[in-house]
Amino acid sequence: MRISLFIPCFVDQLYPNVAWSCVRVLENLGHEVLFPESQSCCGQPPFNSGYWDESRSAARVTMKAFKDADVVVGPSGSCVTMIKVFYPDLFKGEPDELEARELAAKTHEFSSFLVNVLGVTDVGAKFDGKVTFHDGCHGLRELGIKSEPRALLANVKGLELIEMCEAETCCGFGGTFAVKYAPISTAMDEVKCASILETGADTVVSNDSSCLMQIRGMLEKEKSTVRSLHLAEILASK
Amino acid sequence: MATQSADFQTLSRRYTADKGFRAFIQKGMSGYYKKRDLNKANFQDWQGARDLAAEIKYEAINHLDKYLLEFEAKITARGAKVFWAQNAESARDYILKVAEENNVRSIIKSKTMTSEEIHLNDALEKRGFGVFESDLGEYIVQLRKEPPFHLVFPAMHLTRGQISDLFQKELGSEPTDEPEKLTMIARAVMRRKYCEADMGISGTNFAVAETGMISITENEGNARLTTSLPKIHVALLGIEKVLPKLEDLSLFLPMLATAGAGQTMTCYNTMYAGPRQPGEPDGPEQLHIVLLDNRRTELLADAEQRDSLGCIRCGACLNVCPIFKNVGGYSYGTTYGGPIGSVITPHLRGLKNWKHLSAASSLCGACTEACPVKIDLHHHLLQNRRNGAKSSPNPLEKVSFGGFSLLMGHPALYRLASGLGRIFQPLQGLVNGTILDPLRAWTGSRKFPTLAPQSFQEQWKKDRGGKK
Amino acid sequence: MTGGRAIILGRIREALRNNPAPRPHTSHSQSEAAADHNGHAQREWLPKVGETLPERIDLFAKISEGLTTEFHRVPTMSAARDLLTKLAAESGWKKIGSHSHHDVDALLEGVELPIVRTEKGYAIDNLESCDAGITGCDVLVAQTGGIMVSVESAGGRALSVLPPHHVVIARTSQMVPDLTAAFEHVKQKYGKQFPSFLSFITGPSRTGDIERILVLGAHGPKRLTVILLDS
Ligand code: SF4
Repeated sequence: MRISLFIPCFVDQLYPNVAWSCVRVLENLGHEVLFPESQSCCGQPPFNSGYWDESRSAARVTMKAFKDADVVVGPSGSCVTMIKVFYPDLFKGEPDELEARELAAKTHEFSSFLVNVLGVTDVGAKFDGKVTFHDGCHGLRELGIKSEPRALLANVKGLELIEMCEAETCCGFGGTFAVKYAPISTAMDEVKCASILETGADTVVSNDSSCLMQIRGMLEKEKSTVRSLHLAEILASK
Repeated sequence: MATQSADFQTLSRRYTADKGFRAFIQKGMSGYYKKRDLNKANFQDWQGARDLAAEIKYEAINHLDKYLLEFEAKITARGAKVFWAQNAESARDYILKVAEENNVRSIIKSKTMTSEEIHLNDALEKRGFGVFESDLGEYIVQLRKEPPFHLVFPAMHLTRGQISDLFQKELGSEPTDEPEKLTMIARAVMRRKYCEADMGISGTNFAVAETGMISITENEGNARLTTSLPKIHVALLGIEKVLPKLEDLSLFLPMLATAGAGQTMTCYNTMYAGPRQPGEPDGPEQLHIVLLDNRRTELLADAEQRDSLGCIRCGACLNVCPIFKNVGGYSYGTTYGGPIGSVITPHLRGLKNWKHLSAASSLCGACTEACPVKIDLHHHLLQNRRNGAKSSPNPLEKVSFGGFSLLMGHPALYRLASGLGRIFQPLQGLVNGTILDPLRAWTGSRKFPTLAPQSFQEQWKKDRGGKK
Repeated sequence: MTGGRAIILGRIREALRNNPAPRPHTSHSQSEAAADHNGHAQREWLPKVGETLPERIDLFAKISEGLTTEFHRVPTMSAARDLLTKLAAESGWKKIGSHSHHDVDALLEGVELPIVRTEKGYAIDNLESCDAGITGCDVLVAQTGGIMVSVESAGGRALSVLPPHHVVIARTSQMVPDLTAAFEHVKQKYGKQFPSFLSFITGPSRTGDIERILVLGAHGPKRLTVILLDS
C-alpha cells in the first residue's frame, strides 16, 4: 500500500523520531511511505479557539497536500480527529466541503490503521520494560480507539503493560487551554502523573504526542525517571 | 476582560492550589464511580438506553408547545394552577403573591436548582417569610449562606468537622464526627418545620404530558413531606422538562438514579397529579405550577445546541469532569456548574460574559460520554467558542491566529519560521519560568520541550532525497 | 392569572419554526419518532427481569437486601400477624398509624396498640408521633426492588413517610416485573381518575450528603419492612 504520512507540525518540529518510527514500522510491513512536503498544520489551534476562518486557511493547505494520497496516516489521535471529525464541520457549506469529507474518510490514526485497516497486531517489536498506557482523549472518545494500541503492545516481546487507574482521564493539555488556564491544566497533569507513578511502570506510552508533551513536561520538572514514548517508538524497537 | 472571567481565573487558581481540597473532592466521587458502573452493568444495554432517552427528549423538545399544552390542560383539569413565567422576576412575584394572599408564615423547601436560578430564597426572606431548605445538603449550605456546590451533592465540599462546627454554632448541638448523628440533628430540626409550614416549594424532575403529572426524584423523603403536609404546594418547572408519556418515566427514573448517584432507583420517585382530590385524606389544597422560561427559549432557538435542553440535571457530567473536580463548584460563579453549566450559561445569561467557561476546557469529552441523554456537551463548548470569537473576538487572539493562518497557509513561510525558532530557543533558556519568559504560563509548572536540531521534514529531505 | 403564556408559547413556536435540530447520533436503530414508540421500547435496554414469579420474587429479595429493605415472605395471614406482633414487641411500638385497607385491616386484627387512622384526615402531630406506619401498596416492582403506593393503597401521602418505620403488606399477585408494568397497572386500575399521589418507594429513606457516607432515615423512615403474603 502507498501510505502518505501526516506528521503534525509539533511532531515535525519537536519529535522527528516519532515520525521516523512510523516510517520504519510501515516500511517493515512492506508498505511504501510517502511524505508530502507541503503539509504544515491541520488548523486545530485556531479551530479550538473559535477562529474557524483562520483555521480553514491552514486546513486547506493540508487538504491540498493530501489530495492525491490513497490513504493518510498520522501518529496523533488529536490531529487525526481534527481531519476526520472536525473538517466536515469546519467546511460545512463551503465550496470544498466534499474535498474535506474525502480526506476525512481516507485518514487514519496510526494504531487504528495498523489494527483495523492492515489487520496487523504483531509488528515484531521488542521492548524490555514495564509500560503504562495513556489514552489520549481525542483518540479515545472521538475516534473510539481503545483496544488497538493495547493489542499492539500485547505482542511486543519483553513488554509488560500495567494499566493505570486514570488511563482515560484527560492529561490536561487541550491545546491553548494549557496556557490560557495553566493552573487547571497543571492540576490535571498532576492527577495524571500521580496515576502513572502509582503503577510503578518505567515508561508511559501514548498514541498522542501532544499528551506526551504535557505529561513529560511534568515528569521532567519533577525529575522523575519515568520515560515517555510514543507508541510508534515502542513498535519500532527491536 | 469581563469580571466574570477574571473571577473564574482567580477562583480556579485558588482552588487548584489546594491539593487537600482536590483530594477530598476526588475521594468523595470514588464511591459513586463504583456504584454507577455496577448499576450500568445491570442494564441490558446502557448505550441503547441512552439512545432511546435521547430520542424521547428530541421528540419532546422539538414539539415543546404541543406537550406543554397537553400537560397544562391535564393538570389544570385536576385543580392545579399553571403560571407561565417569562423570567425570574415574574416567577418570584407570582410565588410572593400566592404566599401573601394565603397569609403564609413559614415555608419549607425541597431541593430545587430552579429556585437557585431565580434567587427565590432571597426574595422570600426580604418579604419576611421564614424559608427552610429541607434537603440535608441544602440545609447545610443554607446555614452557611452559600449556594449549592454541586447540582446533586450540594455540600460535598464540606467535611463532617466543618458541619459539626456549623451545627454547634447555629443550632447549639453537641459536637460529633459521626455523619449519622449530624443527620439526626438536622432531621429533628426539620421535623418541626414540616409540621408547622404552610407552604412547600419543590422543584420538578419531569412533567408528563399524557397524564398531567409532575415527577419528583429524591432520596431523603424531604420532598414527600414538603408536598404532603403544608396546605400549599408550589412546584417550579423549567419548560424543557416535559415528557410525552407516563411510561417514559420507566426509562428516565432508573437512568437518572444510575447516572446521578449510582443507584438502581432513588429512594422516592413520586408523581403528583394535582392537589389533594375530593375524598383524599391529606395533601395540599392548592398546587401551583410555575412554568419557567427565563431564556430557555433562546437555547431552543439555537438548533445546533437545542439538545442541551434535554438535560435531566443528573450531575453525571460534573462527576466525571476533570475541570470540575479540580476547580470545584464555586469557581464557576453560575447556578449550573460543570460542563452543562458551561454550555448553557452563555445562552441563559449572555455569551459575552460567560464564554470563558467554554474556553476553560480541554475538550476531553468525558462529559459527553457520561451524559445519559447524549447531549453533545464538549462539541457545544467548541460552538460557543466559535460564536464568541465571531461576536466579540479577542483582539490579541485574532491577530495571533491571523498570523498563524498566514504562516500555516504558506508552507515556505512555515519552514522559515521553524528555522528561526531553532535560533531563538536557546535564548528562552535564559529567562525560563521568569516573568520575561513568553512561555511562562507553561514553564511555570512544566518543562517545555526543546526543538529538535532538525525537523522531520528537513531530515526526510536529506535522507530520502526529496522523493515524494 | 396565567402570566406570559401567549408570549412564551409564541417564543417556543418561533424558535422551532423552520429550524430543525440535528437528530441525536444513535448507534442503535430506534424507531423514527419516539412519540410513536409503544411505551415498551425501554424493556430492551433496562435491567433484565426473569419470566416466572419465583424469579421475580428472588430478584426483589436480592435487591431489597442491597437496599436494607427488610423483606419477609409468609405463607398465611396469621403468619404475617405473628411477624407484626414480633416487630411491635421488639421495637417497643406504643402507637401506630394505619388506614382502611383490606389486607392492612386483616394484618392488624387483634393488635392492641392505639392506632391513628388516616383515611378520614388526621392531626399531623398525632401521626408524627406514631412509631410505625402500616400500609398496603399497589404493586411491587421486581426490577428495582420498589414498592408502588398511592393515596388509596397507602392511606394518603404522609402515612408511608412520616413515621420512622414503614411496614407494607403485599400479596405475591401484586409482584410486577418492571416500572413499565407498574405504570400499565396504574392506567388500568384508575383509568383517567388518577390519585393525586403515586410514589415508588425503593428502600428506607437515605442521604449521602455528609462526605458521601450513607446514612439511613434522613427525613423519612429509617426502616422499611415488606411482608409478602402468598396469594
Ligand atoms: S448534561 Fe447530561 S450529564 Fe450533565 S447534568 Fe445534564 S443530563 Fe446529566
